[in-house]
Amino acid sequence: MTRRAPLALLSLLVPLVATAGSLTIKGSDTMVILNQRWAEAFMKKNPSVKVQVTGGGSGTGIAALLNGQTELAAASRPMKDAEKAKLKAPPVELAVAKDGVSFFVNEKNPVTALTADQLKSIYLGDVTNWKDVGGPDAPIIVYSRESSSGTYVFVKEHLLQNADFGAGAQTLPGTAAVVNAVSKDKNGIGYGGAAYGKGTRELKVKTGATEVAPTKENVKSGAYPLSRDLFFYAREQPKGDALAFIDFCLSEEGQALVEKVGYFRVK
Amino acid sequence: MDARSLGSSFAPREAREAPGLGGPSRWRQRREKLVEAVVTLVAFLGIAALALILVFVAKEALPLFLDTEAMKEVSLSKLFLPQVVREGRPPAFVWQPVSEVPKVSLVPLLLGTLKTTVVALVLALPVGMASALFVAEFAPRRLRVWLKPVVELLAGIPSVVLGFFALMVLASALQALTGAPVRLNALVAGVGLALAIVPVVFTVSEDALSAVPSSYREASLALGATRWETAFKVVLPAATPGLVAASLLALGRAVGETMIVLMASGNAALVSASLFDSTRSMSATIAAEMGEVVVGSPHYSLLFLIGVLLFALTFVLNTAAAAWVRYLNRRVGVAT
Repeated sequence: MTRRAPLALLSLLVPLVATAGSLTIKGSDTMVILNQRWAEAFMKKNPSVKVQVTGGGSGTGIAALLNGQTELAAASRPMKDAEKAKLKAPPVELAVAKDGVSFFVNEKNPVTALTADQLKSIYLGDVTNWKDVGGPDAPIIVYSRESSSGTYVFVKEHLLQNADFGAGAQTLPGTAAVVNAVSKDKNGIGYGGAAYGKGTRELKVKTGATEVAPTKENVKSGAYPLSRDLFFYAREQPKGDALAFIDFCLSEEGQALVEKVGYFRVK
Repeated sequence: MDARSLGSSFAPREAREAPGLGGPSRWRQRREKLVEAVVTLVAFLGIAALALILVFVAKEALPLFLDTEAMKEVSLSKLFLPQVVREGRPPAFVWQPVSEVPKVSLVPLLLGTLKTTVVALVLALPVGMASALFVAEFAPRRLRVWLKPVVELLAGIPSVVLGFFALMVLASALQALTGAPVRLNALVAGVGLALAIVPVVFTVSEDALSAVPSSYREASLALGATRWETAFKVVLPAATPGLVAASLLALGRAVGETMIVLMASGNAALVSASLFDSTRSMSATIAAEMGEVVVGSPHYSLLFLIGVLLFALTFVLNTAAAAWVRYLNRRVGVAT
């Protein structure tokens, strides 16, 4: 009974709030949890505004924006030119967070840095021995995530350019399982969001002569190649509730939530 | 025979009382009828639920054979025959349903289920049955009264706990033992599965062995056979139907078990005969991919098709098992 009371109260409040002001955000599944956290915190501060968050994918969100079905579209990729062409005026683009993926190996593995191309051929299953990438003569045991994971999609799109993972890549349920497996497997390599664990070491990514570690600063500055911006799109310069919401997302409090959810700050 | 003759001796009195007397007696008859109806209803509800589940699962898989969009992505030849997946490579069986060009071969998944199941049964059946034989025939009475409940308690361990144990401890131990390059493989998953199955095999086998009439043992011992000879040559054959039932129950559990395999097998959909390679089972595939699949997409229907296959597999196995047990029962002449 006590658990029902707040629900009952909420259902009483909803009609009032909805009339006061509402804002819809639709799009990227990667950003759904982040958007929800933002919306919850924002609504706590501004009880008169109702923020509605739905997923469906970046493409779905952008399509809804073009049709005028949503005020803001959340996208984990920049808008395509073909999509922009459907609008009379260019849309307003705003990077609100950053998403990055780090690769890690067992701490006993002497390899400290790989190029993006080397990582790609490892995950495609073309390179199967550590000696081909400057390591010891040992097989590479490749750990990956299930296809339902956002990180899986990020690696597939960003690193593999949409090619398929090699058949030998083992898919584990959860980043924790990958970290655990790599920490126990001296020939293992795995990837995850901002997740590192005992017994594993992050790999730096080589671009030319420089090696870039997946640190907060490098992701923020864009120096780390395996990162991407997460965007909000609007048809025109946002005002009113939408502007207040975006300001909140970019505020210190909003950016702290970004880190809490597991992504990186833009500010 | 006994029961029927007992029943018939009561029957005349019941028949005599029923029409004449009202009140309590008729009330009792009505109550009997009601109870019978309720029990029948419950039994049919169970069957109906099973049928409805099958209908639902099959309905979700149906678009694969009706929808033109889905038929482009999935066809029988794509499901079961090798396909060219990368330019310039020989055709192969590949499971990559999330892809620009989805590859949907079920062969690696069937093979994965087969490998883990075989490993689990090869380990669990002898262990489970031997321990059942020990408890039923050789263990002192005092040991027996606590051995059986303890083993049955093992059956209650959630499979996710066993899976975690297999992932963390068993995998490292087996890798140290076998020197396999891949830490999570079919062997680890099979051993993990065996842990879940041994208690099942043990319980059912022990019941079957205990149900063998003691007159069999007495006759055997009286003829001069030792306890070992009695156990192996008299009790074990007499309990065969029960042991077969235990094996098939174990088989069904091994085929359907999800969490242990998902956690301990590495889930790489490889076509290889080696037990030391990572493997991906049908049940683990459903569990891993159902979470984020687009409802109504070919991939979604495909996962339900795997469900139908698993369902059909268990159904066929169970039906065959029931028929076999009936046949053995008639031959051995022991009720279990």
